[in-house]
Amino acid sequence: MISYLTQICVIAMMFTYVTLFVNINQISIMEPITPGSYIPTEYLPALLLMAAAAAFASVSIFIGGIFRLRRPYREKLLPYESGNPVVGEPRDRFSVKFYITAMLFVVFDVEAVFLYPWALSFGKIGLYALVEMILFIIILAIGYIYAWRKEAFKWD
Amino acid sequence: MNIPFPDLTPAMPEVIMTSAAVLLLMLDLCFKNKALLALAGVITAGAVLYFLPVSMGETFGGMFISDRYSLYFKFIFMVNLILTILISIKYFQKQDEETGEHFSLLLFATSGMMIMASAKDLIVLYLGLELMALSTYVMAGLRRQNIKSNEAALKYFLLGAFSSALLLYGISLLYGMTTTTDIYAIADHINEIGSTHAFTAAMVLIISAFAFKIAAVPFHMWAPDVYEGAPSPVTAFMSVGPKAAGFAVMGRVLFVAFSEVQADWTAILIGISIATMAAGNILALVQTNIKRMLAYSSVAHAGYALIGIIAGTDEGLNAMMAYMMIYAFMNIGAFAIVILMNKGKEISDYEGLSKERPVAALLMLIFMFSLTGIPPTAGFIGKFNIFLAAVEAGYAWLVIIAVIFSAMSAYYYLRVVRNMYMREAKAPVIITRSLTLDFALLITAVMVVLIGILPSIIVR
Repeated sequence: MISYLTQICVIAMMFTYVTLFVNINQISIMEPITPGSYIPTEYLPALLLMAAAAAFASVSIFIGGIFRLRRPYREKLLPYESGNPVVGEPRDRFSVKFYITAMLFVVFDVEAVFLYPWALSFGKIGLYALVEMILFIIILAIGYIYAWRKEAFKWD
Repeated sequence: MNIPFPDLTPAMPEVIMTSAAVLLLMLDLCFKNKALLALAGVITAGAVLYFLPVSMGETFGGMFISDRYSLYFKFIFMVNLILTILISIKYFQKQDEETGEHFSLLLFATSGMMIMASAKDLIVLYLGLELMALSTYVMAGLRRQNIKSNEAALKYFLLGAFSSALLLYGISLLYGMTTTTDIYAIADHINEIGSTHAFTAAMVLIISAFAFKIAAVPFHMWAPDVYEGAPSPVTAFMSVGPKAAGFAVMGRVLFVAFSEVQADWTAILIGISIATMAAGNILALVQTNIKRMLAYSSVAHAGYALIGIIAGTDEGLNAMMAYMMIYAFMNIGAFAIVILMNKGKEISDYEGLSKERPVAALLMLIFMFSLTGIPPTAGFIGKFNIFLAAVEAGYAWLVIIAVIFSAMSAYYYLRVVRNMYMREAKAPVIITRSLTLDFALLITAVMVVLIGILPSIIVR
């Protein structure tokens, strides 16, 4: 019975995928949208897909809950920690140092994220883009030097 | 197609300010003496003042404009910056938590404000606003060991992020309807197809975000806690700079983008203005902490200045700008006295100041009179101009309400004066003078009196 349900859901998802792709092609040849009058009906298939996905997940968990065997023992009920024995509470306090690490990561991660669209549109913008990116990296480097001199990279 | 290099002349003051801020961050790592950084900051402000008059025009593809309006506000920001630097040097030395970042952040925040005043595009406006806001969040928490300072920074950050979200939502609604973020193009669009409910919704969201920055009711809740917790020089800076910047963008967005729907935003602002004056003045009556009192007074002053925008005329706008300039002098002056006192947190700490320190008491008297709006001080000229513009625009009834609240404010301002002159000191008053603080007090006091006598030097 479960396998039937799964098949129905997969078929529904494939159907929505197909309608979605057909509609994407229609969007690309549409006329420019008049501001204020735009209702995004083209995204209806995406909405259907989301509904189908949510229904699939919840229905399969629900059905599974009815039919599966229940044989609990202590190890089975413990939180899953990648197969290792559990050490302590999950809501443990951890060092505030991670906060600085996370912040530094965001700074340099954003730089990397910026570089991709910049590289893609470099040909269109030209020399101006090069100068801008050099300025951006200089400012970022100054931030790096600041963090380094303030010993943000030292763990203790 | 290659994009040409933009003309940097109109943005030269911002370029100088931002480069100096970055440079100060590096100098902070090299020098132990933070007074050097302060000097560099003042020199930067001087350089910006020098470049301001020649920086007229538009640039960055019409997203950035430098006109007389932005020029006046940038002048206010420079006054604010210089005075704040002067009053902060000794303060941080005294607190034994000397941070060089303070000066760098001051410059970053100021460049954010300058970008806001010059924004011709809502995205540029948002960029400037965030640069200003993020710097001030950090500055509020500069006293890292002080729990109140931490509370101030956290509260300011959470509520500020919320208001930024409101602004972005408003901008995105406008963009969805007009497919542009250019303030002037939005105005053209509303001109063509007229206003809709969605436009009104976007306008309300944007006004809410600006009301947050100027600490107007019902977005004033952060002000007392943040003003009390932040280091005093930072409070002085925050009570003038971001407020003036908020008024700058409010004036430009409402007068340009929403000029067609003036009746709508006037109705909203009248409500905000009356509520702001009422809440600010009534809540200030019961304060015992002077920084909280000045915070509520700052809320009330936002209410008065809003009347200038409500008037909807050029005179009203000019009066609002002049008011911001005057407010910068008198409010920073009052904070300079608070910083001067070793123990000056409570209003009762000012008892008997006139006997022990007659000059400090006299200066505080001038600033309190000016904040009340008593002639011949600058505060009177500021309020008078705003009320005159409002009466001429037909809002005499609003002016009557404002005058009633203004009279009410005399109680809490003059209570400080009464404590200074008519009470005996319970404990000896100790003050820490420094050359820069004296200089800041001299400038503010002279300007407050001078504008009061010769208003033509500031009011066009």
